[in-house]
Amino acid sequence: MKLIIIDYGAGNIKSIQFAFKRLGVDAILSNNIDEIKTADKLIFPGVGEASSAMKMLKESGLDKIIPTLKQPVLGICLGMQLMCNSSEEGNTTGLGIFDVAIKRFSNAVKVPQMGWNTISRLKSDLFTGVKEKEFMYLVHSFYAENCNESIATTAYEIEYAAALQNDNFYGVQFHPEKSGLEGERILKNFLELKIKN
Amino acid sequence: MLTKRIIPCLDIKNGRTVKGVNFVNLIDAGDPVILAKQYAELGADELVFLDISATLEGRKTMLEMVLKVAEQVNIPFTVGGGISSVADVALLLKSGADKVSINSSAIKRPELVNELAEKFGNQCVVIAIDAKQIDGEWIVHLAGGTIPTSLNLFDWAKEVEVRGAGEILFTSMNNDGTKAGFANEALAKLSTELNIPIIASGGAGTMQHFVDTFKIGKSDAALAASVFHFGEIAILDLKQTLKQHNIPVRI
Repeated sequence: MKLIIIDYGAGNIKSIQFAFKRLGVDAILSNNIDEIKTADKLIFPGVGEASSAMKMLKESGLDKIIPTLKQPVLGICLGMQLMCNSSEEGNTTGLGIFDVAIKRFSNAVKVPQMGWNTISRLKSDLFTGVKEKEFMYLVHSFYAENCNESIATTAYEIEYAAALQNDNFYGVQFHPEKSGLEGERILKNFLELKIKN
Repeated sequence: MLTKRIIPCLDIKNGRTVKGVNFVNLIDAGDPVILAKQYAELGADELVFLDISATLEGRKTMLEMVLKVAEQVNIPFTVGGGISSVADVALLLKSGADKVSINSSAIKRPELVNELAEKFGNQCVVIAIDAKQIDGEWIVHLAGGTIPTSLNLFDWAKEVEVRGAGEILFTSMNNDGTKAGFANEALAKLSTELNIPIIASGGAGTMQHFVDTFKIGKSDAALAASVFHFGEIAILDLKQTLKQHNIPVRI
């Protein structure tokens, strides 16, 4: 299994790499387009600000490549958000993989949401063995609205998408690499997803 | 529903935990990595490591510790103590820390908060504030609460929020070490006047104190050291008690 973490300069990649190491898989960090194409599976991470992360993707040409990938791709946190149509954070366009816009929480709640919240309405192989209302760790100020591509929801101010899927593309708003054993189970499920030929 | 967080805090000197830690079945109570793993298994929601090393050598050891914690612990953790520049933070985050906690450096140069939020995002910037109530007014203190500043707690907290802090860790010097409960009145005021999460610190002695800081103090998280380290309060028991009081917790 060749697992690549797309390293475009945004985010706490070490934690993700270590989480896979705990599962016995050595993830490779790469921003090389040719190498990325050879991966069996890919992680698209991201922590930070959306428009500057999008700028980094454009500079490296990854914005054109990522949407064309045929392998299973898992976006995490800002990674997931960048896979959507657009984000209110820095008013940027996204990669357009998920047909939904990213919005900011209102000031009716504390922003960022920081801590453990439950995920529900689970419907994907990504959640095999994960029970409804399992706790996951989230840190974010922006969210994807609930939509047809939601494969899990959570609630903070409103109910919104905790995870998205479109064909081979998956995205999770929470941090599975920081969500204890159940988070690791989701990463393991991702590793075990069948690869379409 | 977002749950209230319980955060054990470990003081680290030269890569080892200081203050007594008295856990059952621990091979090495001075090893922060073993302790951190144990806390994660016992139900801690996050961890804070406070570096109290005074030497350069000690700081290097801290970076190695952060790397080891990130390698073995699957819950989020914050690192604080002696962080004074964007470069310091870059190294810590690169080593796997999820958040950093800044105290004196932000007071000395408030622009640091903006720089960190801009570069790394506000989600990883925790501003720690030590304050003491003197003649009714909450005064921010430096150097572990020993040197008073001219800053008022609420004004300073609001300023760092505007500058990009993602969270406030407020330690009441009046309550710290007393085991008489958290400074709930000031905490509630912070929580009402600011729109970022507030971590209560200083004064934890009983489970009821945690109930009170979430209900009366409106805190989003509560941090404590000795009650956890000496096994006076087991995290699971604490969470069960909080749940009985209808406080949302991860259990």
